[in-house]
Amino acid sequence: MTILRALACAALLGATLLAGCSVPKLEPWVKPYERERLADPIMKLSRDSLPDKHFEHVRDVREGARGATGVQGGGCGCN
Amino acid sequence: MKTLSIVRSASALRIVASVVFAVVAGTASSAIAPSTPAPDFSLHAMSGPNMRLQDQRGRVVMVNFWATWCAPCRQEMPQLNRLYQKYRSSGFVLLGVNVDDDPSKAAEVATKLGVTFPVLLDADKRVSKLYDLNTMPSTVLIDRDGKVRYVHRGYLAGYEDNYEKQIRELLK
Amino acid sequence: MAATRAAIGLWHRLLALLGSLLGVLAPGVSRAVDLPGDKAEALLHSYIGGGVNAYGPAVLVRKSIMDKVSLSGTYYMDAVSNASIDVVTTASKYNETRHEFGLSADYVYRDAQITLGAMTSHEPDYVANTGNIDVTQEVFGGMTTVAFGFTKASDKVGKKNSPEFSDHAHHWQYRFGLTQILTSRWLASLNFDALSDDGYLGSPYRSARVFGAFVPERNPRTRSSRAGKVKLVGDLGSFGSINFGYRYYTDTWDIKAHTAEAGWSRYFGEAWLADIFARYYTQTHANFYSDNAMTETVYVSRNRQLSTFNDIGLGGRLSYNVRRVPGRYDVKLIGTYEYTRYKFKDFTDVRTGELYGYGANLFQVYLSATY
Repeated sequence: MTILRALACAALLGATLLAGCSVPKLEPWVKPYERERLADPIMKLSRDSLPDKHFEHVRDVREGARGATGVQGGGCGCN
Repeated sequence: MKTLSIVRSASALRIVASVVFAVVAGTASSAIAPSTPAPDFSLHAMSGPNMRLQDQRGRVVMVNFWATWCAPCRQEMPQLNRLYQKYRSSGFVLLGVNVDDDPSKAAEVATKLGVTFPVLLDADKRVSKLYDLNTMPSTVLIDRDGKVRYVHRGYLAGYEDNYEKQIRELLK
Repeated sequence: MAATRAAIGLWHRLLALLGSLLGVLAPGVSRAVDLPGDKAEALLHSYIGGGVNAYGPAVLVRKSIMDKVSLSGTYYMDAVSNASIDVVTTASKYNETRHEFGLSADYVYRDAQITLGAMTSHEPDYVANTGNIDVTQEVFGGMTTVAFGFTKASDKVGKKNSPEFSDHAHHWQYRFGLTQILTSRWLASLNFDALSDDGYLGSPYRSARVFGAFVPERNPRTRSSRAGKVKLVGDLGSFGSINFGYRYYTDTWDIKAHTAEAGWSRYFGEAWLADIFARYYTQTHANFYSDNAMTETVYVSRNRQLSTFNDIGLGGRLSYNVRRVPGRYDVKLIGTYEYTRYKFKDFTDVRTGELYGYGANLFQVYLSATY
C-alpha cells in the first residue's frame, strides 16, 4: 500500500511540474529500425503461455504471494 | 475497508497512467512531408551494383522500408511484388530498402518470399535516418519529378489497394 | 452486497479510464498492433515434491478468424496424488483430478489489443469460474506498452463425503502493466496487481493446532493483497539474453513476500536454445498462523502456505527447433526441469517435531507449432 501511495505522490508531483513549464517534446529514442534485437524471441518477457501457466499454478498453490507475474487470466484459486 | 483501499489503489494507478499519457501526448512529428523533394540516396543492392534514387527520375518510385524481423513487412512483400510485376513496364519502380543488421538474412528472406524488385541494403541505417523512419514498415511514393507524394506508415491488409490507386494516379 | 456494488463502481471507473486512454491516442495514431499468430501447443507437466505427485497434459489452440479476431481454447488437466504432510498426518492419501477449460478472444483495434477470456476449473470438491478482460495499448511510437486487466472469479467450495458443506469464494484481480523499451538492447517491465478475496478462503480438510490439539482451521473471510514486480531483459549479443525480476507482495493477512528471479538464454547454432534460471522466494507468516497456537484467537491456521518459509529453485530449459520456415511456420520441442528446495521456519513435521523442509522436481515437455 505504501509503495502505491509513494508512487501516486511522485506521479502527482511530476504532473504538477510538467504542467507548469513548457517541456520539449519527448521523442521515441529507439527508432523502429533499431529494434531488431528487441524483436528476437529471446527478448520476450514471457515466451510460452502453457508452461508459464503451469509454473504459475505450482507457485500459487504452494506460496502465499499471488499476482504481478505478467501471466494473464488469473489463477483458479483452488485448494 | 477492503473496498476503500482498492478504490484508493485504483485512483493511484489512474494517476500514474495519466502522467504516462501526459508525457506521451506529444509524440513524433512527420519527417518526409508530401510535396517536398525526396532526399537522394545511393545504396548497395542485394544483386550487386549500387542504385541511386536520382537515377530513377522520370519513373514513379515506391520506396518500401522493411526488415526480416518485422511481421507486417513480410506480409506486405508479396503484395508489393505483385504491384511491381504489374506496373514495371509502365514506368514504375519499387525499391525495397532493408534495415537488418545482417544483410545475408535479408537475402534469405527476400528469396523465400519470391521478391523480384531490387532490394537495397541499409545496414548502417543511413537512409532510415535520412527519411526519419518512425514506423516499420514505411512506404513512400515519389512522382516522376522526384517529389514525395504519399507516405504510408505501417501495413494492414487492404493497404495495397490504396497503393495501387496512387500508383495509377502518378503514372498518368 | 456493498462490496460487489463498490467493485462494480470501480470497474466502471476503470472502463472510463480505458475509454479516455483510447480516445487520447485514436486521432492520427501510427501503426496497428498485430493479432496474435495462429498456433497449437501441447504440454506434459509433472510436479513431484513433498509427497504430492501432480501431472497431466495441457493443450492450447489459437486461430485467427477473418484477420479480425483471434480465438484460443485451452484444456489443462491435473491428476493429483496427494500424500503431502498435511494429508498423511491428519488424513489419508487420496487421488483427485482437476479439469480446466478456457476460451479467449483477442481483438485488435488500431494500437490496442482487447482480450476477453473465460475459464472454468473442476475438481470433485471445488469449482472455479473465471472471467477476464485485458486491454493492451502501444504508445509513444511503440516504445511503451500499457496494459490494464481485470479478472473476476467465483468459486463453489464443497467437501468430499459431506454434502451438507457448501460455501463460496469470490476473487477480484486488477492488473496494471507497463513495458518500456530502454535502449535498443534493454527492456523493462512493471506490473502492479491488486487482489481481493471474499468468502471461504481455507480448506475444509485442513486442521490447525491449538494447545497441541487438532481443530478445524478458522480463516478470515476477506483478504486484500498488493503485488508489484519489476523485470529487466537485456540483449548480450552473441552471449544471448539475461533477465532479472523482483516482486514485492503484501496483504491484509500480514504476509510480506519477496521474489527474486534471474535467467540467462542463449542460442546454440541454428536450432538450439538453452535457458537457465534461478528463483528465490521468501515470506513472513500470516498474523493468525501458528504451528501450535498457545492462545485462543478468532482466526487460526496451520496452513504451511501461510507460514514463514523460503524456497530456492534452479532450473534449465532446452529448446529444439524441429522445422522452421520464417514467416510460415515454426515447430519447437522444449524440455524443462526445475528443482526447488522448501525450508519452513515455523512449520514442523508432527511426526518428528523438526522444522519441515522438502525438495520438489518439476518437469515439462512441450511442443509448440506456430503457423
